[in-house]
Amino acid sequence: MASTTVPALDAHRLRADFAVFEELIGGRPVAYLDSASSTQKPRQVLDRMRTFYEHEYANVHRGVYRLSERATEGFEAARRTVAGLLNAPSEREVVFTRSATEAINLIAYAWGLDNLGPGDVVVITELEHHANFVPWQYIAQRTGASFRHIPIDDHGELQLDALDGLAREGRIKVVANNLVSNTLGTINPVETLAAWAHDQGAIMVVDAAQAAPHRVVDVQALGADFVAISSHKLCGPSGVGALWGRREILEAMSPFNLGGEMIRSVGLDRTTFNELPHKFEAGTPAIAEAVGFGAAIDYVTDIGLEAIERHEHALVEQAMTALEEIPWIRVFGPPVDRRAGIVSFDVEGIHPHDVAQILDWEGVAVRAGHHCTQPLMTRLGVAATTRASFYLYSIPEEIDRLVAGLHKVKASLG
Amino acid sequence: MSEFEQLYREVILDHYKAPRNHGVLEPHDAIAEGQNPLCGDEVTVSVRFGDGDVIEDVGFEGRGCAISQAATSMLTDLVKGRTAAEVSAMPKDELLDEIGIPLTPVRLKCALLGLGVLKVALHKAKGTPLPEEWGTSAGEITLS
Repeated sequence: MASTTVPALDAHRLRADFAVFEELIGGRPVAYLDSASSTQKPRQVLDRMRTFYEHEYANVHRGVYRLSERATEGFEAARRTVAGLLNAPSEREVVFTRSATEAINLIAYAWGLDNLGPGDVVVITELEHHANFVPWQYIAQRTGASFRHIPIDDHGELQLDALDGLAREGRIKVVANNLVSNTLGTINPVETLAAWAHDQGAIMVVDAAQAAPHRVVDVQALGADFVAISSHKLCGPSGVGALWGRREILEAMSPFNLGGEMIRSVGLDRTTFNELPHKFEAGTPAIAEAVGFGAAIDYVTDIGLEAIERHEHALVEQAMTALEEIPWIRVFGPPVDRRAGIVSFDVEGIHPHDVAQILDWEGVAVRAGHHCTQPLMTRLGVAATTRASFYLYSIPEEIDRLVAGLHKVKASLG
Repeated sequence: MSEFEQLYREVILDHYKAPRNHGVLEPHDAIAEGQNPLCGDEVTVSVRFGDGDVIEDVGFEGRGCAISQAATSMLTDLVKGRTAAEVSAMPKDELLDEIGIPLTPVRLKCALLGLGVLKVALHKAKGTPLPEEWGTSAGEITLS
C-alpha cells in the first residue's frame, strides 16, 4: 500500500478530462466499470495525437527532411517515456509492439523457438490471461518442451509450494506470470517467482498489462527479464504496446517480424539485422499511437501511480464490502489488501451475460465472460463471471449504481 | 414495454426456467458439444433418429445465459419430426423468428449456439452439411 503522505487524487475533477463521461446513453451517463478491459481516453492524449498529426507527422527513421526528424523525435521521446515508466536501464531495451499480446508472442517465438526443446519446462500459472498462456502452450508444442502450471488456492493466490515439484520435472527454462490478474485482481509475488526462475536458470516473463496502469512497475526491482505492457489499458490509444527486455537477452535473440527498418543491410545472399530496439520493429510502427501512449504515461504519472493505487484500493474496498453483504453474491479472489482494483463475482443462479445485460439498462457497464482466462474459470468451477474494474476516474457513486443494479437483476431474474 | 420485457419476454423466461427436452438422451444416435468462444458457454445436443433420418427425439444440456438456454430449448421443440437434411438446411431466421426479440450481435451468438451444435451432431451422424459459420477446425494445440 502507498504511504499516507501520497496526496489523494480527485476523481470528480479528473473526469472533466474525459469527454465520454458527458455522453448520455439511455438518458444518463455510463457508470464505466470495465477499465480492466480498456480505459477511457483523456483530452490530453487525444490533443497530443492531433497535434502530432497536424504539425509533426511523417514516417520515422527514414527521411532526411525536418518533418521526419520531428516525427522521429516524437516517437523516440515516447520510447524514453516508456523506459522511464518501467525504470528500464536503457530505452534501447524498449521495443514498441502492437500490443502486450504481441510483445509476449515476440518472446515466445523469437526466444522460445531457439531456446526450448524436449526436457525443458515452460511454467505458467493457472490465472494467466490467454495472452501469456496460449503462446507458451503453442511454442511448447512446437519445440517438444513441457508445459506446466503453478496452481492457485481457493482465494486465487499462487501456491508457491508447488515450485519444488515443478523443478523436478525437467530444466525450467521460462516462468511466465502476470503481475496482476485481470480476472481476480490478485497481485502476484513476481519478485519471488523471478528469483526462483533465475535459480533454475530460467527467464522470467512478466505480463504487466494489468499492473502498469495502476501501480508502480519497476523492471529492475521485479528482477524480470521481460515485461509486456499495453497502451490502451493506460489511457492511451489501442494498437500499440511495449516490450521491455534485458539487453543481453535481446541482443542474442533472433528477430521476430522481418522486413524494413529491422535490417542493417540486405543483399541477395545475406541480410544483417539492425541494432536494438529496431531489430524488433519491422515495418512502419504505430507512430502517432506511440506518441499518444507517451502522452498517456505523462498524464498518469503526473497524477501519480501511488495516488491511483490508493484511490482504486478505496474503491475496491467499498465494492467488496458492499458485495460481500449480499447473500446471493459470491466474490472470487483474494482479500482486499492483496488485490488491485478488480472484483469478479457470481450472482447466484443468474448467468453473467444476463447480469451484464440488465446492468447495462441501468447504465452500468461491466464485463461478463471468461475474461480470456478459461483455465482459471475451470479452476473456479464456473463458465464465466461478472467483473467490475476501476481506474483513476472511477467514483464511489458508480459502485452504488452497480449494487443497486444488482438488486434489480435479482428482482428480475432471481 | 420495458427493455427487460422486450428481451426477456415471458416465453423466453419460461423456456429458461423450465427447459424442454433437457438432458442427454441415452442411448443416442448423434451427439455434439460446442462452446461460445466469447463467454465460454457450453451446450451438448443429442439426437435419436426414428425412421431413416427423421429426428424422433432430441435432448440438450448446457450452461449459459437465459438467451442461449431458452433458444436451445425452443429449438428442440422445433426440430422433432423433421429429417436431418431439413434441419441442416434450416435457416437461422426460423429460430430467430421463434425467439421473436431483437438481438445484438453478441446475443445473437448466444441464441444460435444450440442450432450450430445440433447441425454438427447431424453432420457427424448423417453427413449433412456443417453450418457455414462453423466450418472445419482451424487446428489445435495438443500437448502430449
